[in-house]
Amino acid sequence: MSRANPLPTASAVARHVVLLALAAVVLLPFAWMISTSLKPQSEVFLSEIRWWPDRLHVVENYTAAFAKAPLLQFLLNGAIVTTSIFALQVLIALPAAYALAKLRFYGRDTVFALVLFCILIPAQAIAVPLFLLFHQFGILDTYAALVLPFIISVFGIFLMRQFFLSVPDDLVDAARMDGISEFGIVWRIMLPTAIPAITAFGIFSVVAHWNDYFWPLIVLNSESLFTPPLGVATFRNSEAGTDYGPLMAAATIIIAPLVIAFLFAQRRFIEGIAFTGLK
Amino acid sequence: MADLALQHGGTTVVRRAHRRPHDARRAREQWTAVVLSFPALFLMFLLLIGPVATVLIISFTDYQLGAPSVGLVGLQNYQDLFSDRVFWKSLGNTLRYVAIVVPASVAFGLAVALLIESGEGLKSFYRAVFFVPVMATLIAMAISWEYMLHPQFGLINLLLKQIGLAPQSWLTDPHLVLPTLAAIGIWQLFGFNMVLFLAGLVSIPRHLYDAAALDGAQSAWSRFWLVTWPMLGPVTMFVVLISAVRSFQVFDTVHVLTKGGPNKASEVLLYTMYSEGFEFFRSGQAAAVAVVFLAFVLTLTVIKARLIEKRVHYL
Repeated sequence: MSRANPLPTASAVARHVVLLALAAVVLLPFAWMISTSLKPQSEVFLSEIRWWPDRLHVVENYTAAFAKAPLLQFLLNGAIVTTSIFALQVLIALPAAYALAKLRFYGRDTVFALVLFCILIPAQAIAVPLFLLFHQFGILDTYAALVLPFIISVFGIFLMRQFFLSVPDDLVDAARMDGISEFGIVWRIMLPTAIPAITAFGIFSVVAHWNDYFWPLIVLNSESLFTPPLGVATFRNSEAGTDYGPLMAAATIIIAPLVIAFLFAQRRFIEGIAFTGLK
Repeated sequence: MADLALQHGGTTVVRRAHRRPHDARRAREQWTAVVLSFPALFLMFLLLIGPVATVLIISFTDYQLGAPSVGLVGLQNYQDLFSDRVFWKSLGNTLRYVAIVVPASVAFGLAVALLIESGEGLKSFYRAVFFVPVMATLIAMAISWEYMLHPQFGLINLLLKQIGLAPQSWLTDPHLVLPTLAAIGIWQLFGFNMVLFLAGLVSIPRHLYDAAALDGAQSAWSRFWLVTWPMLGPVTMFVVLISAVRSFQVFDTVHVLTKGGPNKASEVLLYTMYSEGFEFFRSGQAAAVAVVFLAFVLTLTVIKARLIEKRVHYL
């Protein structure tokens, strides 16, 4: 709190010592995971701590990981599912958010109240009826089953509406004067102004669904459709704690895309996940 | 409209000229709004409101996937649930898990945020490091944790041995399993809380600290109690509720690491619902558990929504 008067050196050093120690503890699972992914079997089961292996087994472990499980397929599935969900969420939420923010219509307050009510519903609580519904439609164990429950983001509608409220009405009126249709206004005027909000929402959405385990676990059987978390969990079950090198290599591969993206754009990620995630 | 206009005789012409385009615009706006919000509204009913109503209804039936007939059984599912030792164990474990994770992740989040803000260097580096567990795939990290907690070759026990302490069976000892899962939960969650506290700290006006200093609050300790803590009050309430909702939803680590064991020592609400509904396909029972889960989470989120309405303006 002493930003105005500069800290004495001793407490500045103490601050770094404590924070660095904490950082080391927090990063321990990542470091140990990567370290293990470099080790041969013989050095995994040791009764001493060895951070860097005597014999480096990087190539062996990572090729074994790719050979034992279709990791690329899992990553591809993750990409397909998360981008489909996000694209459909925007396609459905944006017009509704525009209507709620910029149009006067009968029933607007009711629709908005429903949106607020739906925000309260946790996804896990409605898993049973959704599973039965998808069973009725015969779409369990498909990409559709992974994507459909999430294409309506009431939270996205709420977020975009709040954003659109701050867009001046003049912009919309000017567009109408120019003869742009309402549909055109949504996609050619509102969408570009909302890019910052949509980016934050996109990061929130992609991270949440890339990491989701509960729903894919429930609806999937076929390994060819597995998303990354389900894939790595199955890999671990089939290994049953015997071959940690390739298993840790697989875990490293699964978390790599998001963690690398995070390191490149950490401010945007924090905005997206922490601040978008709670309003 | 036309009738009304005629009754007023003289002003009719003027009014019509004035109102017609207005009414037409009104009607068109209504129609546009309906078209634009219909897909969202339809899907809200199909995928959210409908299922919430259905889960309530199913909880009053003996529905089983694949069974030839369904019947209403009234409160039978709830009676079964409330007389089932496993359910109480599961609810108790969930509450214990929440009771460990919430205070610890809030305290750690606040402490780290204060520490980061107390100086200048490496602010965004620290923020990023503590945030990594929040977004790294929890399932993959749970597998790494499992290996770290391995009784013989795990890093944790090797470290304990180095400093002369006894190794533990972290995930198979019934007394240790829930605290161990809670520790993983804290590790994952506190960075999220830290970010919220950092935002709260930055928005505390500087002049309050100057005023406190004038009033004789010289030490960092007294400045904290005089200014920071009261000003962070609303943020803290908010963070507590959000952490409670999140930790109530614990499932991933339980499913991968313990399957609720040993001997139901780590059985939690969502895991009970999952095994009833999707392993034994007793949909009625699962729905009853889901309703209990929903009641808890709804209560917490309604309180949270009230707070937002009162404008927690630091966020």
